[in-house]
Amino acid sequence: MKILVIAEHNESELNESVFKVISAAKSWNGEVDLLVMGKNTVHVAQKASKIKDIKSVIRLDGIHLEHLLAEDAAKIVEMLSNNYQVILAAHSWFSRNFLPRVAAVLNVSLITDVLKIENNNVYTRPIYAGNVHAKIQSKDPIQLLTIHTSLFEACARDGGNAEIIKKDTPPAMNLTSWKSEKINKSDRPALIDAKIVISGGRSLGSEENFDKVLSPLVDELGAALGATRAAVDAGYAPNEIQVGQTGVVVSPELYMAVGVSGANQHIYGMKDSRVVVAINNDPDATIFQFADYGLVADLFDAIPEINKLIKE
Amino acid sequence: MKILVAIKRVQDYNVKVRPKSDGSDVDIDGIKMGINPFDENALEEALRLREQELATEITVVSIGDSKNEDVLRHGLAMGANRAILIESEESLQPLGVAKVLKGLVEKEKPDLILLGKLALDSDAGQTGQMLAGLLNYPQGTFVSKIEIDNNKLIVTREIDGGTNILEMDMPAVLTADLRLNEPRFVKLPNLMMARKKTIEKIKASALASDTSTKLELLEVLVPPSRKAGIKVSSVKELLEKLKDNEGIQL
Repeated sequence: MKILVIAEHNESELNESVFKVISAAKSWNGEVDLLVMGKNTVHVAQKASKIKDIKSVIRLDGIHLEHLLAEDAAKIVEMLSNNYQVILAAHSWFSRNFLPRVAAVLNVSLITDVLKIENNNVYTRPIYAGNVHAKIQSKDPIQLLTIHTSLFEACARDGGNAEIIKKDTPPAMNLTSWKSEKINKSDRPALIDAKIVISGGRSLGSEENFDKVLSPLVDELGAALGATRAAVDAGYAPNEIQVGQTGVVVSPELYMAVGVSGANQHIYGMKDSRVVVAINNDPDATIFQFADYGLVADLFDAIPEINKLIKE
Repeated sequence: MKILVAIKRVQDYNVKVRPKSDGSDVDIDGIKMGINPFDENALEEALRLREQELATEITVVSIGDSKNEDVLRHGLAMGANRAILIESEESLQPLGVAKVLKGLVEKEKPDLILLGKLALDSDAGQTGQMLAGLLNYPQGTFVSKIEIDNNKLIVTREIDGGTNILEMDMPAVLTADLRLNEPRFVKLPNLMMARKKTIEKIKASALASDTSTKLELLEVLVPPSRKAGIKVSSVKELLEKLKDNEGIQL
């Protein structure tokens, strides 16, 4: 049994999710290889080779892989696929972009957002915005899946000495061309990795309030700032900090939902958090059903007070 | 330029579905159904491209049984020129849907195929990319802006932490993010007129020979719920509880 994990990285570091996907890959008790593709993968492949739980690091370099277009990424995975019985990656926008393409070309199904892996290729995954879970069995010759990483423990990062195998990169597909990118830089931790996430809802009332009320506490705690889709749609916060079904799924140690109603789509994005605190002036808000600690209060009073007490 | 927009009939986004009592599937009997929201954004964008005189004909297509006529009529009421129902008795997985749509694309030869980035029921988010793969077309997923310049598509995509811009030739497949636009409100007279329009029908089997997948749904379960929480009466109590009960020192 050979298993391929597709790594997400920035040419210097592996994404945190990679270590969790490797843990998931161990469910099959086979040899796990890690695929690293990009413009220059030498350093990141060297770091990856220290991971104890992998057999080899497969690296493919190419100038045209700098921005890793879906068509090129799919081609590479498709090319490698005949060596593997299982191929998996984190359930991120990165893999969701190209893995369905791989699945179609290989004529197998892709099972996305896998919560649990059982014997005989049985998986549990959320459907209907996580309101229900589906248990499904796949009899495809290649199991292709994306993993809900917050439910898997990270594997050990060192202690190994995997072989690094460089493979020839197929030529550029040239179906699309990359023009530009706009990443909003922030000194705060990334939502997906943050230990504490503080999210605001529409009750904040304006972009100014969102920043003025939440930012001091977020920065005091070294937390990440999140937002509901309603707050994003109202223009109070940028789309990339949206927590939910159509945004980012987070699972921090502490999640604080501030002025959040508790719509299905938002709950989907935060319900794996270890401890959930909800602050809302509406005692009937749905969010309280998902909170470990609920405080019925005006957020404009409560948030500054929390900040003040923490500072003391 | 011809645009094909694929639309799915799904539950209303406010509805909380439950498993059937025997756990064999989801119980959607009597639930309010309509067009998948992301697909509605896809259709809205097609209509805007036609309003800019960049598109000439917009066809909406849906796969399923006669119940799907309601979303197709919704599409016609929004302004689509034609509607096609691909009749299928079985409920198709994304791979099956992509194969059927490939058959339709080869028949209809649209320049642009627009779909939503995911459907609210299956949460799979695969059909667009699968279709692009089967056709070997360029793809743009999670698209929040579409421009056409010199017959080239320039699309802005939502990615981790921001956006990127891709350029591609047509034909291409694009999947719509909710940020792409605000779908128009369907006026009652348009809905009435759409009732009279013809819906073309094609059997799924005429478009793809094998739409089965090796996936079997074993059971639908209620997810484990979080333990019941408590209400605290003050900020001070909240911080104490976090520290004492959870070991979180803020």
